[in-house]
Amino acid sequence: MHFGPHLLLAALEGFVTSAVLALTALGLSLVFGVMRVVNVAHGEFFMLGAVLAWAISTAISGHPALGFLAALVLAPLIVGAIALVAERLVLRRLNYNPEATIVATIGMLYIIQQLALTFYGPEARPVEPPFSYRILLPWFGYSGYKLSIIAASAFLLLATWFVLTRTKIGLVMRATQYDSETAQAFGIPVDRVYAGVFALGAMLAAVAAVLIVPISQAHYLMGQDPLLLSFIVVIIGGLGSLRGTLVAAVLIGLSDGIISVFFSPTLAKIIATLLVAMVLVFRPQGLFGTASR
Amino acid sequence: MKDASPAKPYALHLGVIALLFALSFVLPDYHHGLLARIMVLAVFAMGYNMLFGYVGLLSLGHAMFFAAGLYGAGLAVIHLGWSVPTAFASGVVCGAVLSLVIGVLALRTSGVAFMIVTMMFAQVFYLVILYFASWTGGDQGMVVPQPARVLTFGATSLDLTNPIVRYMSALTLFSVVLLITLAVVRSRYGRVLVAIRENEERTKMLGYDTFSNKLAAVIMSGTICAASGAAYALLFGYVGSSFASVQYSILPLLWVLLGGGATTLGPLIGTLFMYYVVDITSGYTSAYLLIVGIALILLVLFFPKGILGTIRHRWLAWLP
Repeated sequence: MHFGPHLLLAALEGFVTSAVLALTALGLSLVFGVMRVVNVAHGEFFMLGAVLAWAISTAISGHPALGFLAALVLAPLIVGAIALVAERLVLRRLNYNPEATIVATIGMLYIIQQLALTFYGPEARPVEPPFSYRILLPWFGYSGYKLSIIAASAFLLLATWFVLTRTKIGLVMRATQYDSETAQAFGIPVDRVYAGVFALGAMLAAVAAVLIVPISQAHYLMGQDPLLLSFIVVIIGGLGSLRGTLVAAVLIGLSDGIISVFFSPTLAKIIATLLVAMVLVFRPQGLFGTASR
Repeated sequence: MKDASPAKPYALHLGVIALLFALSFVLPDYHHGLLARIMVLAVFAMGYNMLFGYVGLLSLGHAMFFAAGLYGAGLAVIHLGWSVPTAFASGVVCGAVLSLVIGVLALRTSGVAFMIVTMMFAQVFYLVILYFASWTGGDQGMVVPQPARVLTFGATSLDLTNPIVRYMSALTLFSVVLLITLAVVRSRYGRVLVAIRENEERTKMLGYDTFSNKLAAVIMSGTICAASGAAYALLFGYVGSSFASVQYSILPLLWVLLGGGATTLGPLIGTLFMYYVVDITSGYTSAYLLIVGIALILLVLFFPKGILGTIRHRWLAWLP
């Protein structure tokens, strides 16, 4: 294959990564933006989404699309419910103290990971894609399902954007993010907003995982990379900025896809992590964010 | 804080060291070996406590300092054939240099950003170890050969693989670090660190250079952790990338939280307790991470001061 088509393939793979990453990172960014909680267990909610997608799609017989659709609806709901319980039982009692919540979410990370290992096992298991149509390009065939991931992710991002900027719920969330005490004084149930945002963040990660699981595989350690990449995206994009998150996700996804095709993936990760740490040290508001208030 | 007479704390600490010394002769083999390992890891926890407990800086990347000592010593023995004392020194120096660099960079941030930056630097360090697998052994790790682990003084030689020698070496390192910690904590400098933890702005206003004080604390903390790593490589003969993973950044946090942050003996108690909990439960289940997770959440919810912190709060206010 020539360089041009090779690059196109790498770019397409990069866009698929970006699409999934944008959803996952958006969840992390919302939770941090509104609640000021760094959710280290975010990657585990992603993993739970994938593992549940496997469980649901194998439980439902018949056409693979049926099982996949059921997983797409049910897995995020279950993950959201788990996140809600965790929020009520742990985070709320800590008064959302930033340092204590990090330690607590690390605890959640270990608990979820260990339970997944115990009940799901150490194997990586595939989920059948809902359809297997291949789009034939002049140089290579490309999976139609992968392209549909990009479409689905774009739709979900638009929906989130719409909810955040055009509805009452979004207004309440933004008010809480801007100044939770004043919001409370104006009768906004800040406590319930927090619970909802935490569940929503986890659900976004779970949806992303259900979308990706037919082309990757469900595994109990799969939450580590999305967590790190989401952190990177959120930091580069500026915390709490939807547009920044999206731009950064495309940037990171594309460069990750392209660098991994041409160089060693470990080297790509080293460079990316180091660059991001430097961004955080020298430009803490992110590349696209504005200075904090 | 009431300034008690210095005799009591020193007597307590010397008593603990004497107790550990005496235990060497009564413990059965298995627990004897376990306690040697716990003492080395308690040094790691003490280094962590220096920063987290006294200065209030929560780092999520201390595994890199431990690993710097581990690899600094281990690779020097394996590839360069250095003797035990020079290899140990090499590990400690690696940790000191690394903590200086990391400190200068990471201390530009604070709070949550500090945690994430330290975690990311540690991740880079971990990936670098994997990337240079041909020298570091990658995730397989490497064994430090037994003949290289002999300490020679002129005619006499001490074999570090001998259980008694190993126990006593671990105890020596532990005692030295414990007494250094105690001296630092009781010094003027220790008071400044606590002042920074309690109110950095006010400390700055009172004319203290908080940045260089914090940097000194990071270097001291990183160097102690590296000493623990170097001792681990030489005493237990294994060098592996798992010691640089995120998990080993979380464990000292857990040990210090459990034993009690900002207490000199807390790290030992936390390490001892957690090690035995994992050891006993692993007889029943392999799910020890579950216990680590639950312990973290329960501690942060109901016991934020840890064991010794609570004892100090309730009964023994003079505890350092």
